[in-house]
Amino acid sequence: MTTPESKLVCRNVWKLFGAEAETFLTRHDGHPDAQAVAAAGLVGAVRHVDLNVREGEIFVIMGLSGSGKSTLVRLMSRLIEPTGGDILFKGENLLELPHARMIEIRRHQMGMVFQHFALLPHLTVQDNVAFPLDIQGMARSEREARAREMIELVGLGGKEAAFPRQLSGGQQQRVGIARSLAVEPEIWFLDEPFSALDPLIRREMQDEFMRLQTVLHKTIVFITHDFDEAIRLADRIAIMKDGEIVQAGTPEEIVLTPATDYVAEFTRSVARAKVIRTQSLMTPVEAAALTGTEDQPTVSARSNIADAAPMFLDGVARLGVVDDEGKIIGALDRQTVVDLMLKG
Amino acid sequence: MTTPGLPLSPPPAVVAPQPASRSLPWAWMVAIALFAAFWLTAETLTPAAFEYPKAVVVPLASWISAAMKWLIDEATFGLFSFTDLTRFISAVLDVPYTLVLSLLSTGFLEGSGSSAVQIVPPLPWVAVIGLVMLLGHWLGGARLALLAGGCFLFLAIFGQWTSAMVTLASILVAAPLGVVFGLLFGIAAWRWRWVERVIMPVLDLMQTIPVFAYLVPVLFLFGFGPTAAVIATLIFATPPMTRIAILALRAVPSEIIDLGNMVGCTERQMTWRVMVPAARESLMVGMNQVIMLSLNMVIIASMIGAGGLGFDVLAALRRLDFGAGLEAGFAIVALAIAMDRLSQAAAEKMSAPSSETMQTSSPFRRHPYLAGAVVLIVATTVLSFAIPGIRSYPEALEISTGTFWSEVVAWININYFDTLEAVKNAMLLNVLIPFKRFLGDLPWLGVTLLISFAGYRLGGWRLAALTGGLALFVAVTGQWEKAMITVYLCGVSAVLAALIGIPIGIVSATRDRLWSWVQVAIDTLQTLPSFVYLMPAVMLFRVGDFTAMIAVVAFAVAPSIRYTALGIRKVDPKLIEAGRAMGCTEWQILTRIRLKLALPEIMLGLNQTIMFALAMLVITALVGTRDLGQEVYIALTKADTGRGLVAGLSIAAIAIIADRLISSGAVHARRRLGLE
Repeated sequence: MTTPESKLVCRNVWKLFGAEAETFLTRHDGHPDAQAVAAAGLVGAVRHVDLNVREGEIFVIMGLSGSGKSTLVRLMSRLIEPTGGDILFKGENLLELPHARMIEIRRHQMGMVFQHFALLPHLTVQDNVAFPLDIQGMARSEREARAREMIELVGLGGKEAAFPRQLSGGQQQRVGIARSLAVEPEIWFLDEPFSALDPLIRREMQDEFMRLQTVLHKTIVFITHDFDEAIRLADRIAIMKDGEIVQAGTPEEIVLTPATDYVAEFTRSVARAKVIRTQSLMTPVEAAALTGTEDQPTVSARSNIADAAPMFLDGVARLGVVDDEGKIIGALDRQTVVDLMLKG
Repeated sequence: MTTPGLPLSPPPAVVAPQPASRSLPWAWMVAIALFAAFWLTAETLTPAAFEYPKAVVVPLASWISAAMKWLIDEATFGLFSFTDLTRFISAVLDVPYTLVLSLLSTGFLEGSGSSAVQIVPPLPWVAVIGLVMLLGHWLGGARLALLAGGCFLFLAIFGQWTSAMVTLASILVAAPLGVVFGLLFGIAAWRWRWVERVIMPVLDLMQTIPVFAYLVPVLFLFGFGPTAAVIATLIFATPPMTRIAILALRAVPSEIIDLGNMVGCTERQMTWRVMVPAARESLMVGMNQVIMLSLNMVIIASMIGAGGLGFDVLAALRRLDFGAGLEAGFAIVALAIAMDRLSQAAAEKMSAPSSETMQTSSPFRRHPYLAGAVVLIVATTVLSFAIPGIRSYPEALEISTGTFWSEVVAWININYFDTLEAVKNAMLLNVLIPFKRFLGDLPWLGVTLLISFAGYRLGGWRLAALTGGLALFVAVTGQWEKAMITVYLCGVSAVLAALIGIPIGIVSATRDRLWSWVQVAIDTLQTLPSFVYLMPAVMLFRVGDFTAMIAVVAFAVAPSIRYTALGIRKVDPKLIEAGRAMGCTEWQILTRIRLKLALPEIMLGLNQTIMFALAMLVITALVGTRDLGQEVYIALTKADTGRGLVAGLSIAAIAIIADRLISSGAVHARRRLGLE
């Protein structure tokens, strides 16, 4: 598997609040420790963050309130000016760009969805969705056609003339999503998009989000405080605490090998079977050892144990694990799966 | 005249909260004991601490007057002088004013003076009422149409039409300008920090300095007449709009700002496409405020030639013709109610856009109200040539209640003179005069120090410096004696207003039905221009301190009721439930939970009551008080800029001291209650 190229890279990014934070940071060579920050009377909202968002992946930043995740996502689009570090978007350092170029990038290459929707109350659904295009100066007929297309995409067809306050929370967020997609962004920021919604609606919106992603293949930075949501949606997760990233990796890595007690605390209640992939549990076997049997049931290496488990119901003792090309790369034993699931 | 109703800028962050609140009374007791000792013993030792020595009074008033004279006579920009500039502004403003006035009242004239010939007649009164009703219907449906039309019909029937139209013309010019300027200042302050830093103290001052004080300079610079009145109105009505605009822009959620940046707005797009529309709801509230303040001010501005209803009231007051004054007063009330309800409905309509989409192509169908208005104007104008009764309300049908009211007042005075007089005298002898004497005897130095001490305890050194400095300003400019009379009148009235208002607030807060009635009553009370309050008080008690007090109390009681009730209603219902679950009686719930938690709000209500009282106090100078208000009023009649401004600034100083101390106290209370 080749590693897709990086879309957005954060290198030693800092956001300190307080007097003369910038000189403080240069004085410490860009790497002050927590005590020095506190001693200088500064507040470290985001502290030496290194991360790397790859083309086409869903990168989830998970943290509790006050962990700095919302600040971090705003640093990435330079809505908040970082105190130090580099933010590379498609190889270009955003922090060195002039204001006008930054406006260009935000207009055409970035989209953002907000926790509380941030819909303009005086505009209809259609005008809200068309708003970013209007700001760019796109002609009316063109932008309206595009807006209608987006509204259709998020399943709000027929609501074009409604005003935001006439819609439910879930519908309002669909408008927010349609609006952020209208400019066809290359990177899509979602700042706790479903946190303000009821649990059932949230679930529905997550499914909707996954559906959209299978169609659109965007590069996504998704912020959440909900670990289950992170596990469910992420290709990779970064967990933040006190402004720092304490662990970054695939959901599986995080659940199997939590880096700190803090991370372990989150993973404890997660059902292992829903996170661990068959690939991680299989015994690598020579393909020849299994091909002898006819109708050998197989399962994808990417699916998780919970999905594979029902296949053992027929009394099969062993499943073939196949990679994306359908080649068998290993075997999954019934007993291993039972052991895992009994452990919870 | 100050603009109550809006809070002044918050006091500088309360620093140095004194360690334990238990120790607080001790410091206070020591300070007050020291003060008393100083008062009782030092008179012979240091007379200068009691009566500010005349020799060292700073002649600020004459400096200001001299500066003003220089501005008018000598200041120049090279090509043109300062006066040219101000007169030019007057001339520019005169254009829209004359246009509106011609339309509503005089008609378009050819020539000037008595030789003027009317070319185009003004709008017939029927047309104006029809237009108002159309507007009402568009904004708020049939009920509003009837109310607004009824108010205007009232003006016609009672023979106040011409004056009312003059007043209306001033408002129609001043209010939109006030909204626009206020919005622009607000945006500038929101966008650039330094503008805000400059503008905030100016706003505080403009809101606390009485209007009378700047009528004189306006008069000098812009000439006597309606446009000068429009300018005075603008100076008066713009600051609150600015403040509301700043607050409204601040209140826009940060996510909306992020959105604006994310879609790549330029600064201009950010302001006009995102911020202003998102803040629209609050901005419309500002519009209502500006209209009401303009109305209030236009009345006062009749003193510098605005004419109209205000002039009628003033003239009647001077003639002691209560009937005529009351009628003009009622006309002001009718106009105020119509304008208030119309602008409120406009605010609601704008903030809740209708989702109906008009697809019909005919312009008449698309704009039914506009079409109706055009038809109405044309039809009534044409008809008015045939039937003069349509052009101007037929005099034969006018009703005058002037004599009736005069007789009522005469009857009351004949039958209840002794009772009224007894009440008045009892109050004067037992409360007013002793309190006045007491305040007059206090040493200015001691009072200044005590005020500084209060500032220090409540808000640290900065507040101490501010309050002490302001008190010192009053003394140094030689205003102390008059200032104490102001404090006494204001204090007595505020206490009385609070004593009446707080119980009403408490009683009505927990009874929804009653509260809705009380709310209507205080809303109406607050829309009335302050002038109106003076009339009945003068009729019953003639001139003097007591009359002033009655008028002030009537004006200042509304905020006291409102804040108390709102504070109590705001208490979290869960806490009430918890109290009930613990078995509290209703009385315990009221005293232990509701009143305790509503205390900060009640204090803010008291603050507002004092601001209202000070505002009204200046108006009561017309009925012969002897305080700073009178000083300002005398300066107005003598056209003495310096004297008026210094007295006005002293009133502002008193207002700011009271405001800062009480709001710092409220912050303390909130903190002690764990609400903050």
